[in-house]
Amino acid sequence: MTQTTHKKRMLDTKMVPAPSHGIIPERDYYSTPVLEARHLGIEFGGLKAVEDFNLIIGKTEIAGLIGPNGAGKTTVFNLLTKVYQPTMGTVLLNGKDTAGMNTVQANKLGIARTFQNIRLFGNMTVEDNVRIGLHNQVPYGMFTGILRLPGYWKQEKKQHEQALELLSIFGMQDLAGAQAGSLPYGAQRRLEIVRALATHPSLLLLDEPAAGMNPHETEELMRNIIKIRDQFQIAVMLIEHDMNLVMGICEGICVLNYGRIIAKGTADEIQANPVVIEAYLGKKKEG
Amino acid sequence: MINSGMMTRSLKGQMIPICVYIVMAVSLNLVVGISGELSLGHAGFMSIGAFSGIIASAWLHGALNVENETLRLVLSMIVGGVFAGVFGVLIGIPVLRLRGDYLAIVTLAFGEIIRNVMNCLYFSLEGSRLHVSFNNPNIPGTLLVNGPAGATGVDKIATFTAGFVLILFTLLVVLNLINSRSGRAIMATRDNRIAAEAMGINVTKYKMMAFVTAAVLAGMAGALYGLNFSTVAASKFKFDTSILVLVFVVLGGIGNIWGSIIAAALLTVLPELLRAFADYRMLVYAIVLILVMLATNNPMIRSLAGRLFRRGGVDTTAQGGGADQ
Amino acid sequence: MVSFLRFLINGISLGSVYAIIALGYTMVYGIAKMLNFAHGDIIMVGAYIAFCAMSYLGLPPLVSVLCAMAVCTALGIVIEGLAYKPLRQATKLAVLITAIGVSYFLQNTALLIWSSNPKIFPSVFSVGSLKLFDGNLVITSETVLTIVANIVIMIALTLFTGRTKMGKAMRAVSEDKGAAELMGINVNRTISLTFAIGSALAAIAGVLLCSAYPTLQPTTGSMPGIKAFTAAVFGGIGSIPGAMIGGLLLGIIEILGKAYISTELGDAIVFAVLIIVLLFKPRPRSTTSSPTASPSSPLSPARR
Repeated sequence: MTQTTHKKRMLDTKMVPAPSHGIIPERDYYSTPVLEARHLGIEFGGLKAVEDFNLIIGKTEIAGLIGPNGAGKTTVFNLLTKVYQPTMGTVLLNGKDTAGMNTVQANKLGIARTFQNIRLFGNMTVEDNVRIGLHNQVPYGMFTGILRLPGYWKQEKKQHEQALELLSIFGMQDLAGAQAGSLPYGAQRRLEIVRALATHPSLLLLDEPAAGMNPHETEELMRNIIKIRDQFQIAVMLIEHDMNLVMGICEGICVLNYGRIIAKGTADEIQANPVVIEAYLGKKKEG
Repeated sequence: MINSGMMTRSLKGQMIPICVYIVMAVSLNLVVGISGELSLGHAGFMSIGAFSGIIASAWLHGALNVENETLRLVLSMIVGGVFAGVFGVLIGIPVLRLRGDYLAIVTLAFGEIIRNVMNCLYFSLEGSRLHVSFNNPNIPGTLLVNGPAGATGVDKIATFTAGFVLILFTLLVVLNLINSRSGRAIMATRDNRIAAEAMGINVTKYKMMAFVTAAVLAGMAGALYGLNFSTVAASKFKFDTSILVLVFVVLGGIGNIWGSIIAAALLTVLPELLRAFADYRMLVYAIVLILVMLATNNPMIRSLAGRLFRRGGVDTTAQGGGADQ
Repeated sequence: MVSFLRFLINGISLGSVYAIIALGYTMVYGIAKMLNFAHGDIIMVGAYIAFCAMSYLGLPPLVSVLCAMAVCTALGIVIEGLAYKPLRQATKLAVLITAIGVSYFLQNTALLIWSSNPKIFPSVFSVGSLKLFDGNLVITSETVLTIVANIVIMIALTLFTGRTKMGKAMRAVSEDKGAAELMGINVNRTISLTFAIGSALAAIAGVLLCSAYPTLQPTTGSMPGIKAFTAAVFGGIGSIPGAMIGGLLLGIIEILGKAYISTELGDAIVFAVLIIVLLFKPRPRSTTSSPTASPSSPLSPARR
């Protein structure tokens, strides 16, 4: 369903090739970028946590956001999802300005995320977690629910089917009835991704998706991220410390240090960039 | 034999209050257990329901000549529910902007304000005209609500059947709500507000839904309660009543609807059966309240459970969850 | 005009009592981040102890007050240790329900010991009263004493938290428990100390409250307790001078409201003030409510 609507959009936007965005993949040149951050920044009581953050992410790009601890990566995610209101700059989602929006509105505009410290609804079942992600996709009102009108049964069935379909991406459909909080760590991270996907985003933000995973699980995750991108035709932006993952799947990488972007480019460019090496080596000396 | 006969009679007198308290407990559980906000003013909605129900009943009888008692009772309960629901919206708008302790204390404040204001209100019925006055008992017609003395000469039309039907209605509403899209959204806002917002769930809307639904049900229960006694004073719905209902909810298990029913029924009946311990009743409630809280929040049990299911991340999530409140 | 002055002085007197109670609230809230619902009932216990010491044992007022303070201090420490300490990591809902349980426990224990019949509290310090405007304005010695006690306590507490080692430890714990612990501060002992001080103040407040309003019942403390919480929020929770200003303002608002608006609505007015203050006050410090894992905590990178 997402695929067809997306294809239609791709056809509609026959424009001249956009000027070089630096790292935007070629296939996305003809469409409005899914995310455009312009001079984005936030101050916490005089401290500039993020400053002059400029980034464009293409329609189906997999982008990486890396940087040493405390560089402001998660703050960027919080700015993009409107958990924090930026004190400077703007965020455009699919070409729409998000100024003044809250998290809920940003999500409805097509941005979904996972959390660094897992935030599942731990007391609920796996399926219910995904169903909550599907909240805005199967609209029926409170009274339809209480009175069990025909709409309730229809929508619940639809929701159940969609939830299982989403869970099957990670082969988790058999766990649908399990309590989310009791899942192993890796499965919880995967469930968070499924739940975020359920909101039908056009941009999926993953905050350290491979944290706590073993190399085998990480490899599988890499394949799955690409699979998600291909199947849903969405953009993915991820924060990750595992360089194998970042360098392996990210088409564009953005390096953050002390709240500022110090480098942007492809994996090869970033690996060869002396500023980036310095930022990481400098950190190593301290540690 | 004589003894048991007396017991049955006293139990019979308790049947309607038991129904009322079951509905109160189930509806409060919707707020405390399902939406995760502590409300200390639930008796306030009961009070609004009781007085608006009593007035509606008298007005239906006096002005519209509705003789059928069942019809009058049902309509009065609906009126009680609607009024309590309206106040639920009015109170919910400011209250639900707050969180945690502050939210609890403001619901307490609203409960006390409702009681205070009810103590100053006088209602009378003159033919088909309803008169209201503030702090002035000299209004024409027969007084229905007499300030601090409360409602007097109430037509006792409440029946156990109505109470039983109200319990079924409450269960239908609450259980169906929980097992629906809206109910899952309410529980999501309880379990993790930030994640719920990131999933596109409007937190205030769903907290409000739980709060107002509970207020409506408490109002209906209040109307039934008011129409069960010949006199009802506003002091009946003071803070202690809110706490009593909270005790039912906590003992039945926070979030456990069936538990609330059992706790409310048992704890309303038990004091009648154990007259000898009447003095110790509230003391025992207090001790049990503390012990239940200590047992269910024992860090040993929690960390043990956490270590079994998650590696190392337990402390972080526990602290993170606390900071959200 | 004279009657206004009289109300004003009554308001300041009542407000001073609220201020002393609010100090206990604000200190406990600042450090343990919990609403000690039972604080008001410790006032009641303090008043009963002082009453018994004076009426049954015939002790002099000052000794009776000291007795009450000692008992309440012990009570505060015991309550904290038994009921609140096990719940440090629990949700706010659980802590608040427990505190309500403790409040009801104290009230009902008092009910069993002293019955619900109101006791007439004896006058503590009757040195005579100050008569002004041809006897139209009477300032009793209790009023003066209450106001003086309030000022002395506030100055003493400000000096304590600002100058002494224990006081600085208290401030550190209220800022950041984890960091304070790393600096070698015994967090549990500091929290116990805070409860001890707050409860001792509650005993004083109980005696002063009952000197001004001499009917003593098991429920005497609950309303002033909630109102004092209002005062603490009014003045900015965690702030010592704030609690005093909040208490005084609230006392004045209550007495003037009762005098000029409606006697019956006195409590409603105070609660309306609470609601307005809570809704329009600036957001509480949000240092701990960061939606991300706290990167500032030195412990966090070690996990995982």
